[in-house]
Amino acid sequence: MLRYIGFEEARLLAISSFAYGGLLFLLSSGFSLIFGLMRIPNLMHGSFFMLGAYFGVSMLEKGLTTDALKAIPKIGGAFNFLPSFTILPPNFFLIAIISGLLVAGIGALVERYLLRRLNGQELPQVLLTLGLSFVIADLCLMIWTGDPWQPATPAELRGVVQFGTLFFPLYRVAIIGIAVVIAVALWLMVDWTRLGAMIRAGVDDPQIARVCGIKVSQLFTLVFALGAGLAAFGGVVGAPYLSVYPGLDADMLPLALIVVILGGTGSLLGALVGSFLIGLLYNFGQAMVPDLSYVILFLPMLLVLVLRPQGLFGRSIP
Amino acid sequence: MTMHRRKVLKGIAGAGVGLAALKAPYVWAQDAPFKIGLLTVKTGPLAQGGIQMEQGIATFLKQKQNTLGGRKIEFISADTGGNAAGAKTKAQELIEREKVNVVLGPLAAAELLAITDYVRDNQTPLISLGAAEDVTQRNANPFVIRASSTSGQCTHVLGDYAFKELKFKRAATVAEDWAFGYEQMAGFQRTFEEAGGKVVKKLWAPLNTPDFTPYIAQLANVDCVANGFAGSNPVKFMRAYADLGAKARFPLLAGWTAMDDALLRSLGDEAVGVVSAHWYSSSFDTPSNKQFVADMRKDYNVLPGGYSAGMYIAGQCVEAAIKLVGGKSVDGKTFADALHKVTLDDTPRGKFSLDRFGNVVGTVFVRKCERKDGQLVNTVVKTYPDVSQFWTYDEKAFLANPVYARDYPPAKNLE
Repeated sequence: MLRYIGFEEARLLAISSFAYGGLLFLLSSGFSLIFGLMRIPNLMHGSFFMLGAYFGVSMLEKGLTTDALKAIPKIGGAFNFLPSFTILPPNFFLIAIISGLLVAGIGALVERYLLRRLNGQELPQVLLTLGLSFVIADLCLMIWTGDPWQPATPAELRGVVQFGTLFFPLYRVAIIGIAVVIAVALWLMVDWTRLGAMIRAGVDDPQIARVCGIKVSQLFTLVFALGAGLAAFGGVVGAPYLSVYPGLDADMLPLALIVVILGGTGSLLGALVGSFLIGLLYNFGQAMVPDLSYVILFLPMLLVLVLRPQGLFGRSIP
Repeated sequence: MTMHRRKVLKGIAGAGVGLAALKAPYVWAQDAPFKIGLLTVKTGPLAQGGIQMEQGIATFLKQKQNTLGGRKIEFISADTGGNAAGAKTKAQELIEREKVNVVLGPLAAAELLAITDYVRDNQTPLISLGAAEDVTQRNANPFVIRASSTSGQCTHVLGDYAFKELKFKRAATVAEDWAFGYEQMAGFQRTFEEAGGKVVKKLWAPLNTPDFTPYIAQLANVDCVANGFAGSNPVKFMRAYADLGAKARFPLLAGWTAMDDALLRSLGDEAVGVVSAHWYSSSFDTPSNKQFVADMRKDYNVLPGGYSAGMYIAGQCVEAAIKLVGGKSVDGKTFADALHKVTLDDTPRGKFSLDRFGNVVGTVFVRKCERKDGQLVNTVVKTYPDVSQFWTYDEKAFLANPVYARDYPPAKNLE
């Protein structure tokens, strides 16, 4: 049963589609890089998203002060030696970046000390990352309790922006902007910088790359950290409208999988297009064919898997 | 946690015996502690309410120094994960291995539906928080009482209030796509339309909807929107509702889980002005409520809401029933009968009694969310005393209809 929608509703849905797509891009670009470049099916990617969001809401709630560190349940005591002062002002995007960096650090540790040992073994990698995602979910429940947290939308981005007679919810427009900026930055990095060339070389032929003096293992740690950090950054940026709650990780991980399967692994363009496609499909699908609300996201994935298994923009994996 | 695990191991060792004795109604050993088992949710999206349930009963037991009506209490908590299969497994664990005397919980209507026949077959009394209507209606279970409310009990009031006091004529409803959502919105629709209003749109969102924009974008040309969300969804929904500018156009009404007092600390300005109907108010002035709120603040630093109050009152019911049977060890049927006879003069929700189906008859509060001294509060604007699950309807006529569902009562005014 198809429901027809008017212009006003379609416009709102379109904005929301791209904002949601932008958020999905932040989540899935890292997943795509990690999976495409390193062949690691990182099932804790949703956990990075959630962890980043929790770090972010805590810092936004308490401000980034030494007192807030001391007030962290269970582990805060370790900071008692510090005097009271404000480390950073509570700026939303600054905090999103710091959360991203923190989680990138955690990601680097996971890659360097755990995943490294399982190089090339996909099933143990799946088990390890899945197990870690359970550990992180339980730790989050212990530290942040079961309460849903939803930071206020940043004050300067609240409300709507007006173009002529049309209103656009400002924060959603901002998310689209952020996603585009990050997409361009990632593309420039991978395709146009020396670092990107080294990463691509390390992926295509790690042994020859090593012979040429490229430290491939360090590069992989960097890519994994970058992916984790991007997810965490996305978690904070998404928190004002997705909110943060136990189970957010499990809600987000399948979305990252869908986007990457749709767009193709290892392709940033694929992740971007896949994200926006999923965003559009989700928003318009829910509104226009409500009867299919449970399967609508999985239908295109099914089609792609049958007709073009490498994804829309993916290279076939050798 | 660790103690519980050890008990589980012991239970596994004795499981053979437990299964053999399963079907026979057994008589509890004298002097043994009275065992209360709690089915709650400590993981997943419903964990917030589940953790509060445990805090509520823990507060009550602490106040009573773990002794109710002269019986020492042993308390065992089990995490169902918030789904029907988990509820069934954990109910079996509590009843067959732990041999609890009474089960408190579970949280969700779907979980309750999964275990209602099981507790009847095993003759174990249960005090529910889950709201599934028929467990105290057409399929009334003599082993179940409900100290919280049915799904429709509060939304009946909400629909009536929305038309008669707020003068809304056209409403849309939005809730999760599951039993609790259907039943709540059916209750709202029934009283709202019978008073003279029209429900012109009913929307159902999947339980794990990441973004509510597609639903909010469909709202147009209504005077108000009633929502029946639960868990962490109301937080997401209300923020999107405000961000998309819908709040300024369509005043928002809410069922009890969507504006529970315990949820207020997760909400911001988007909640101001929302009118809700709830069977509990943390500001209600009874001696036991004052004590309850103070203790919850002291021990957990939270403002209690329905989840913890429901289990606190369940504890009071257990105490009263133990007193009714004279503190003796009795079989499950006798204890269930005693539970059905419980009346209480002072509970956090006021005077408390049960109808003949075991469902509570009590006060329902209509509240409006306001910001006072920087804090969000649900200020009570009207109280409806002695509201039963049948609202003002005749019990017989009410039960002759089908149970509330996604398409019952039929929505004739959809546009």
